[in-house]
Amino acid sequence: MIDKTVPSIEEAVAGIPDGATVMIGGFGRAGQPVELIDALIEQGAGDLTIVNNNAGNGDTGLAALLAKRRVRKIVCSFPRQSDSWVFDGLYREGAIELELVPQGNLAERIRAAGAGVGAFYSPTAVGTELAEGRETRVIDGRTYLLEFPIRADFALISALKGDRFGNLVFRETARNFGPIMATAAATTIVQVDEIVPLGSLDPESVVTPGIFVDRVVAVGERRWLQGGEFVGGVDIEGRPLDENASRSNSGLVPPLRQPMERSAGREPNSAVGNTKEDAR
Amino acid sequence: MSDRISRQDLAARIAADIPEGSYVNLGIGAPTLVANYLPADLEIILHTENGMLGMGEAPEEGRVDPDLINAGKQAITALPGAAYFHHADSFAMMRGGHLDVCVLGAFQVAANGDLANWSTGAPGAIPAIGGAMDLAIGAKSVYVMTDLLTKQGESKLVDACSYPLTGVGCVSRVYTDHAIFDVTSDGFAVTEAFGANTVASLAELTGLVLIDATGGSTAAPTTAEEN
Repeated sequence: MIDKTVPSIEEAVAGIPDGATVMIGGFGRAGQPVELIDALIEQGAGDLTIVNNNAGNGDTGLAALLAKRRVRKIVCSFPRQSDSWVFDGLYREGAIELELVPQGNLAERIRAAGAGVGAFYSPTAVGTELAEGRETRVIDGRTYLLEFPIRADFALISALKGDRFGNLVFRETARNFGPIMATAAATTIVQVDEIVPLGSLDPESVVTPGIFVDRVVAVGERRWLQGGEFVGGVDIEGRPLDENASRSNSGLVPPLRQPMERSAGREPNSAVGNTKEDAR
Repeated sequence: MSDRISRQDLAARIAADIPEGSYVNLGIGAPTLVANYLPADLEIILHTENGMLGMGEAPEEGRVDPDLINAGKQAITALPGAAYFHHADSFAMMRGGHLDVCVLGAFQVAANGDLANWSTGAPGAIPAIGGAMDLAIGAKSVYVMTDLLTKQGESKLVDACSYPLTGVGCVSRVYTDHAIFDVTSDGFAVTEAFGANTVASLAELTGLVLIDATGGSTAAPTTAEEN
């Protein structure tokens, strides 16, 4: 039996060594696998090369990993944002290396790695300072720049639902880099709101087929959903709008996720043995 | 008569040039204003490069969805017929020439259509490029929306960009608060001058040789059109 689900977030990030290249999904906060990043911080790996569109927001998630000085180098398109103070400080201090890649080239380089493409020619950035000293080629009268794949040892991504084969569906613009990063890493680790029984994801709607996925861990439903339905009531960072709710627990910052029963996402696989997953 | 139009009026002017059925990307900042002036009865589909076609306006209070954001990381909504996709597909839509129009801001635009809009090259600044270089070379028509002059009064239309380039020869048209300029093989052509502006006064402001393509809509004899 194939079972890519892992019972805990700690086990999900096990084995990531110092010096690893780690892709982290997300565009800003949307789709950022915050629970996996927190687990990586706990796990302790350092000297990492991180591939992400940005370089962290606020003090949580990727920004928290940077703040712990676990990251040697970041490959991204847009590090500077209004809330990127953690990266800004490290960069000015010379404590982190930056490889700046235009967003579309970043995406296509990741895609190329996952698709086994050795390199490709892109028209983006031709004639700019990012092209200086690099190989170009004129094809049908247009100049292109040679771009190499970006691959990783691990990818950490966030999806809405997954099954034990690793099939994934995403939610809205939180999809962003998830599907391509899943293809480009030796080991792809996915946090999902819920692990669903095999056969319950519509095969026509699977976005990332399980062949690209190695580990799936359930982290509970995002705060702005309830039973899969959007209920709102949060700000753009996912914090509750209700002041009382946000201060109820001894002033601690509320978690982004609603508490879940630990095994709720995993049990169905064994508990529903006579559903269509076995009707082959 | 004033010699400048407001940013809102400029956004409305750009919106008026976008035909029904267009796939359009509006850059971060002032270009997003254009969305407010697209007629509700025309089907114009907005692309946001983080992975969506069919972007709608901001949600009402309490309905913000952190999973549903635009490239500026602001909360948005999805219109009927919207579609989500991953980043490689999203940039294939640009690079592959599928987008009809993109509207971008600019630090400088050169007479040959070169665009500088991502960095002033200031020492110590943290660079950030995002999707600007991909957008600049990706759409069938690349429109720039900008003030004609910097706060210091320098022209943003130039002979050659002094700031780091975003794209080479990529701009088709520049919408400014003073006038609209098409980029032609012979340099900037004024197609419409707002208010009291004339091709001659614009040539003086920019220090450039300008082509008069106003079709007489501004009665402006000029010494600058010789070349």
